[in-house]
This record gives sequence, C-alpha cells and structure tokens, in this order.
Amino acid sequence: MTSLLEISNLRVSFPTDDGDVHAVDNLSLTLNAGETVAIVGESGSGKTVTSLSVMGLHNPRSTKLSGSIKIPDGDQVIDVVNDDAEKVRNMRGRVMSMIFQDPMSSLHPYFRIGKQLAEAYLVHNPGKKEEARKRTVEMLDLVGIPEPAKRAKDYPHQFSGGMRQRVMIAMALMNTPRVLIADEPTTALDVTVQAQILTLMQGIQKEFNMGILLITHDLGVVAAIADRVSVMYAGNIVEQGSADDIFYRPMAPYTVGLLNSVPKITYGEKQRLQSIAGQPPSLINLPSGCAFSPRCTYIENAPAGSCAATLPDLVGVSSSHVSRCHIPESDRPQVFSHVAGGK
Amino acid sequence: MLTFVSRRLVYAAITLLIVSMAVYAIFAILPFDPAALTCGQHCTPLVIRANRIKLGFDKPLWEQYWMFLHGIFAGRTYGVGSAAFHCPAPAFGYSFNDNMCVTELLQQKLPITLSVAIGALILWLIVGVGLGILAARFKGRWPDTASSVFVLFGTSLPVFVTGLFLLIWVSIKWKIIPISFLGYVSVFSDPIGFVKLFILPWITLAFAFAALYTRFTRASILETLGEDYIRTARAKGLSEKKVLRIHTFRAALAPIVTLASLDFAGLIGGAILTETIFNLPGIGQWTLRSVYEFNLPVVVCTTILAAGVVIIMNLIVDMLYAVLDPRVRI
Repeated sequence: MTSLLEISNLRVSFPTDDGDVHAVDNLSLTLNAGETVAIVGESGSGKTVTSLSVMGLHNPRSTKLSGSIKIPDGDQVIDVVNDDAEKVRNMRGRVMSMIFQDPMSSLHPYFRIGKQLAEAYLVHNPGKKEEARKRTVEMLDLVGIPEPAKRAKDYPHQFSGGMRQRVMIAMALMNTPRVLIADEPTTALDVTVQAQILTLMQGIQKEFNMGILLITHDLGVVAAIADRVSVMYAGNIVEQGSADDIFYRPMAPYTVGLLNSVPKITYGEKQRLQSIAGQPPSLINLPSGCAFSPRCTYIENAPAGSCAATLPDLVGVSSSHVSRCHIPESDRPQVFSHVAGGK
Repeated sequence: MLTFVSRRLVYAAITLLIVSMAVYAIFAILPFDPAALTCGQHCTPLVIRANRIKLGFDKPLWEQYWMFLHGIFAGRTYGVGSAAFHCPAPAFGYSFNDNMCVTELLQQKLPITLSVAIGALILWLIVGVGLGILAARFKGRWPDTASSVFVLFGTSLPVFVTGLFLLIWVSIKWKIIPISFLGYVSVFSDPIGFVKLFILPWITLAFAFAALYTRFTRASILETLGEDYIRTARAKGLSEKKVLRIHTFRAALAPIVTLASLDFAGLIGGAILTETIFNLPGIGQWTLRSVYEFNLPVVVCTTILAAGVVIIMNLIVDMLYAVLDPRVRI
C-alpha cells in the first residue's frame, strides 16, 4: 500500500482578540489507497478544521498552521502547509477533492449543475469544453442521476437533498482525485438516503482505488464504511486504531463515552440515554493536562493527580492501536468492561 | 412571464387610479377655491366664475375626476367657441400659473430630471460598487480604510453642503466648470455643453448615494464570500480572481439592482435640493412650487408620475431578478 496523505504534527490555531484558538494540536495521520479513515469527535473537536487544512482552504491571513501535510502528485510530493499557495490550488479538485456537509448550500444557486461540474474539469484542463461536457454526463450517470444529460441543464434547487449530494460527489470526482475528503457527507440527509450515499461512496472508492478521509460524528456511519478511526477531542487525537479496535476494544475514556452515548434499541426495559457529562472545553483556555479530565468518569483509576498534570502520550501495546490515557493499559479492559460494544 | 407582466400591469393601473383619487380627495378637503387661484391680481368675481366653469370646478368632484381620466385618454378642451383651448391626449390638465397644458410643461421638465437622475445613477453605481468591491477584496488593508473614509464623508455630508461647496468653489471661485446660463441643452445636440451643465449636480447626488452603495456592496460581497458554495468553488481549485468574478459578484450584486432601481425611481420624483441649488427647472422644483400654489393639475400629474415610476421600476426589478436568480420563477 502506498500512502496518499501524510499529516504529521499538524497544528492549527486562529488568533482572536481573546487569544489563540487552538483548533488542532499535534495531529498525525496517514491515509492509504483504497482505505477509509474516519475522524470522529463532537462539534468543535477539530475535525472540520483538519479537513480544510488538507484542502489548503484556510484563510492564510487568519490562520496559523504548522507541521506538514504531504500529498504525492505524480512524481513530486506537495506539502499543503508549507508549499506555495498556487501549487496547492493547482492540486485542489484534481489530486484531492472534498464533499461537504450541506448539499443544499454547497452548490451555487445561480448556475446549472452541468456548468458547475464542467467548471471543475475545466479548471485543470483549460479549453477542453467538449470533454468537460462528456465527463459531466458520465459522472452524473456514475453517481446514479437518471437522465444525466437532461438533468445537467437543471439548477440545484430542482434536485432533492440526496440527489444534490450525488451531484456534489460527481463534482468531486470530475478529475478522478486520489484523495476524497468527505466532511459529514450524510449529516443533512434522511436515514434512507444516507445508506444510499454511503454505498455509492464505497462503490466509487473501489472503482478508483481512492483514499477517503471521512469526517463524522456519526458512529453508525463509521461502523458502516471506515477501516481505521481517529477519535478527536479538543484538537487532539485521543485514540487511533482499526474500526474493530475502536468499537470492541476502546482504550480511551472519551471513546468509551462516545460509544455509550449511542442510543440502543432494547427489547422491553426502557433505558435512559447515556451522555458525557459537561461541555467540551473552550479551545482558548484548555484545561491543563488531559483536556478530557474534567469530564472523565474514570479519573480515580488513574495515578492520583496525573490527569490534571500532563497530557498523556499517544501510545499503545501495538503501534496500530494507540490512545491517550493515564490509566495503565492493562487495567483498562476491566475498568471499561461495562461498555456494550458492537457494531 | 407574459401573464406575470400583464397581471402586474393591471395592478399598476389600479394603484395609479387609487393614487390619483387620493390626491384629488386631499385637494377637495383643502379649504380654498382653485378657481380663485387662476387669475392672479386682476381677479374679479366675474373672471373667477368664468374660469370655474371653464375648468370644470363647478361640477361635482366625481365628475371632475371623471373628466380628468377622460382627458388622459382623449385630450381635453377647456371653454367653448373662440376662447376655447385644447390640451391633446394625454392631458393632465391646464396650469393657469404657466398658461400651458400640464403635459406640455412635463415635456420640458422631464428631460432635465431624467438627465440628472440617469447621470447620477451611472456615476454612483461606478464609484459605489467599484469602491465596495475594492474594499471587500482588500478587507482590512488600505483600500478598505480609504473607502471607509469616503463612506464617512458621503453619508454625513448633506446634499446642500456638497452642492453649495461645489457651486461656490468649483464653479464660482476656481472657475473649473463655470455656471452655464444657456439653459437646458440636449445630450444629442451638444454633448459637451450637456456634461458641463449637469456634471456638478451629478457629483452632488452621486457623492451621497455612492457612499451608501460602497457600504452595501462591501457587506454583500463579504457575506457572499462566506457562503458554502464559495467554499465549493475554492475546493475545485479555482483561482481567487475567478471565485470573485464568476461565483461571488453575481450573487452579491443582485440585491443592488433592487436598491438602485428604487433610488432611481425616487429621483424621478424630483431631486428637490439638487435642482434648487443648481437652479435646474426639473420635476422636483416644479412639484414644490405647484404645491405652494395649490396647482392641482400639476401636483396630480407629478404624483402619478412618481408613483408610476416606482411601480414600473419594481416590475423591471422583478423581471431582472428572474434573469439573475433562477430560483425566482415568474
């Protein structure tokens, strides 16, 4: 397997009048061809900031970035963080593409979708209008839009939500990118449509051998299509592992909390929905030590005072499953044993 | 589209009818005799009575109104025999103060007001929208700061200050654009004389409006730049220039069409201050004088004109919007 995307030590912060907002802190991640990596976390954990960093879409005037995001393009490797903006722009939509959360507002309301799709092709293949037109119809057909040649002449408001997300996916695929970033692609859709979109994405991934970076807070979506998972909390990755590791052998208290908060349909008895107590911390004044410690229910299982003192390292018994927690790893299966795991 | 336009035109006609009735009603309530105002200092009761009959003021109000409506479509003849005079259709009445048919007077005044309004509109759109785009493009940098200084002056200086300043310094003291005593010249017969005559009124009006448009354009562009579909455009790899030119401007400038057409319609009703400062005998001055003189036919005519322009401009805006924004179906 070859790596399509290598994020190392990414830090993103936004200077404000009240101080810097530390949205992402020291994040490292790799994505390989044909693989789906999910970034999971609640709102404000830094998922979307990470994905926009990979696309190089942050405003350089209001964002501080460090670390590196390396993406191979042909025989050279481009570093999105440190390389020239024009180089990065030239890769956007060609080497890496993105689909967004809300297909209602992500398409330009004034232009026919055929024009919007063709534009994505023409940016990187200037002047090839006839090919752009053919490719538009081809891609619309691929994502399952009936009568693609006719529908290309329609405006976005003439499509349903699910169809619009298909159009967005078609647009992202116009230049056959290697990396597809999907930022909550199903959040705004009906449950029945969600499954269709996920199946479509998996089919396309197989066809083009793409790497998908999936940003979501929906563990159901993760269970359905992710190979590996990174759980984020307050700008940090708190646990990273295969989907099975995360669902059956969670090693970080936050992951355990997330899994417990998923509503379960049980026969007979009624259960209260579990939640993680407290609020996510302000990213300007992060709690000292482990950012999750004020909300952590297992804090007494850790060596006294350690949680408030230092942020635990991202380590694990195997290098493929790592987590941040001061509780000794050997104790954790027992401490977290009440978790009802399972896909 | 055709049904839409015809329906709107019917509404427009009804609105104009109501407007004209309202003006008639207001003048009927006012405690004065319109016939007494027709003959200045040489009035004798006999003359007043003759004029009353000649102009139809002796008839009941509804009949006067009916004659007025009839006159718009068929023209109107006042008096009988050799002393009779005729105003051809569309006749809005006869102004005794000017001894002319109102329509004939309108033909003199309208070109002046139109020249002021159109010239000012073009000037303020170029300056206002242009500066707004610059300010949004270079937000927080010096073009933005410079444009906000312009906005500050434009919005805080009233028209009579700007106008008088231009008149006294530019025209009289520095003699850059000397005052023209030639009266109105058409743009077609003497383009240079036309510009010389109207340039200062244009600047005066455009200065105030351009400031508002600068602010509006800047805000509208910045708001549009935050839209999700702009992020999509960037994600395609479009250059920032294309993102602005192709994806931002059309969406951001659509509301300006509405604003501009309504402001323009307002100016046709008369830019009273500007016309007065530069002594341009346009609709504004004319209306103002006619109100003082209780000159009913003129006031009815200019009111209907002002209302009609607003209605027509609204119709044009709605049609333009359908062209600009495909979501608007008409």
